[in-house]
Amino acid sequence: MYVAAKGGEKAIRNAHALLAKRRRGNRNLPSISLAQIAQQLTLAVDRVMAEGSLYDVELAALAVKQARGDLIEAIFLIRAFRTTLPRFGYAQALDTAEMLVRRRVSATYKDLPGGQLLGPTFDYTHRLLDTSLGVADQANEVDDQAGESKTADDAAAPVSMPRVTDLLGQEGLIEGAPADDGSEPFDITRAPVSYPVDRSTRLQTLARGDEGYLLALGYSTQRGYGRSHPFVGEIRFGDVEVIFDAPELGFEVSLGTVQVTECQSVNQFKGTATTAPQFTRGYGLVFGQCERKALSMALVERALRWEELGEERGAPAQDEEFVLSHCDNVQATGFVEHLKLPHYVDFQAELDLVRRMRAEHEESRRAADMKEAAE
Amino acid sequence: MNAHAVGGMPEITYNFAYLDEQTKRMIRRAILKAIAVPGYQVPFAAREMPMPYGWGTGGVQVTAAVLGPDDVLKVIDQGADDTTNAVAIRGFFEKTARVATTTSAREATVIQTRHRIPETPLSENQILIYQVPIPEPLRFLEPRETETRQLHALAEYGLMHVKLYEDIARHGHIATTYAYPVEVAGRYVMDPSPIPKFDNPKLDNCPALQLFGAGREKRIYAIPPYTKVRSLDFEDHPFKVQRFAKPCALCAATGVYLDEVILDDKGGRMFVCSDTDYCNGRQEAGHRGEMAAPVGEGA
Repeated sequence: MYVAAKGGEKAIRNAHALLAKRRRGNRNLPSISLAQIAQQLTLAVDRVMAEGSLYDVELAALAVKQARGDLIEAIFLIRAFRTTLPRFGYAQALDTAEMLVRRRVSATYKDLPGGQLLGPTFDYTHRLLDTSLGVADQANEVDDQAGESKTADDAAAPVSMPRVTDLLGQEGLIEGAPADDGSEPFDITRAPVSYPVDRSTRLQTLARGDEGYLLALGYSTQRGYGRSHPFVGEIRFGDVEVIFDAPELGFEVSLGTVQVTECQSVNQFKGTATTAPQFTRGYGLVFGQCERKALSMALVERALRWEELGEERGAPAQDEEFVLSHCDNVQATGFVEHLKLPHYVDFQAELDLVRRMRAEHEESRRAADMKEAAE
Repeated sequence: MNAHAVGGMPEITYNFAYLDEQTKRMIRRAILKAIAVPGYQVPFAAREMPMPYGWGTGGVQVTAAVLGPDDVLKVIDQGADDTTNAVAIRGFFEKTARVATTTSAREATVIQTRHRIPETPLSENQILIYQVPIPEPLRFLEPRETETRQLHALAEYGLMHVKLYEDIARHGHIATTYAYPVEVAGRYVMDPSPIPKFDNPKLDNCPALQLFGAGREKRIYAIPPYTKVRSLDFEDHPFKVQRFAKPCALCAATGVYLDEVILDDKGGRMFVCSDTDYCNGRQEAGHRGEMAAPVGEGA
């Protein structure tokens, strides 16, 4: 007698109870607060906001906690929440020239108006494990004033910090930034994407794309697969005001500030018979401090512009449909992980066919043997 | 549905069947277009759902868009009501829409399925909703959407016929055993989702409305009731479905799709109905297979 496996419902309930227990870990230790995650795992929270496409530090911290530190799972939680939010309209385009800059470096100029501002960066740190951080809770482990501007001059520095690409633009050395024609941008979260796509669709898709995926593709362009000779014209991170035109009020309203990282790459370009030689640009913009992502995005964005710039195509990073349709980690992880779901109906169909073909193969082999023996 | 309030955070509430009404309207428009052009893949702005892409988000969105408070919902995966993903999706709608659910294919007004069509014939007042992973039947022959779109527009399906022909030349059989391509209403070639080709004949002239939702790929398509659906084949290699050598070991049904269950590591195996509702119904009616519990001792 056979009894089929049943009780999926109970198994799922138990699995989820176990998950909650494992997430909490040892109960003798205090539970992490959302504020601790937001304050001390800032870059994890930033990545979740960036790829989750929702600027909300508290919710992102909650997602990191709920996902047990699995950032793609956290991004997924944020996306699933974001999609339920109503749309009130579009903010004005962010003016990153007016950014309250916390970090800004240019690789193309030694010095420039506004100067180089290193800010909080891992760059130039020696990657030596700092065992002093292993000691629990030292209130004075860092000096509260460490690294902050001390003079009035320093404090005034962020006031004017023109973008490097604007400086190059004054001389006509770089192609102009695409003009805002006032039309509503395509919204990849509200309409299905159809290839080929316009630049707003491309940038939106890359902005929420997986950091690791864009990093690898950007890297590939540096190794000869669609080389575009990039310079980091500038990478800047800081606070930008979000302005919303409320038609019923008749005036602009500031909704607050968001932290973003912007990267503008300066790339080579040969002129044509009708246009003088100019540098071209690649663009990356990401919520929070995500420099690796902003830089990778700029490289990939530039690589995808091969057609409008009359370049040859052939590298993976230049293939728009390939790059854009696979860069969303929530989609990718879902489809890859769905292989864990039962497929036994389909597998049964394949089993049946393979057995049949093996039987036929055996039969024809035996027939051939018999014929041989008879000869 | 009310989520738990978190700390000082405001409580999060969701609409009937999770999706907001604007989104449902957008999906219903896509469904209407899909019904008007049978077998054509209508792009729609699929939303992120609270379950992963690839786990039925397309089917869930279509179900959410057509579900009313009086509907009775059945959810199956691999033909079974008690597979974990079917349980999870059924639970989702119990929670977000508070609709009645059933395992009976006869009682259900809406059936969401993954990989099977119920053995019980469907009726005019039912909707069968398929979860679709890859809606494009030509995808594995031509990966580019820009290309496949043109092939459909021109009804240029030579690639598919060549593929089927090469199968025969190489293996002596058409080697597609599930997601077997069909031609709908004499026009579009369509992927029926990864149902075994055993189920393909049930697509044809079906009294129920059949809707297909692909969330990740953002496509909806449909087979309206009583539509001609033909599985692609050749005159000298007509379409044939799988036949099982033995009847169901639990309910003795023949002419149904069976799952193979491995009993031990010595080659012991049995075959049982993949459609659990159908199998249970037959056992309740007194049918007994060779490995079923005797009457009165039911599992």
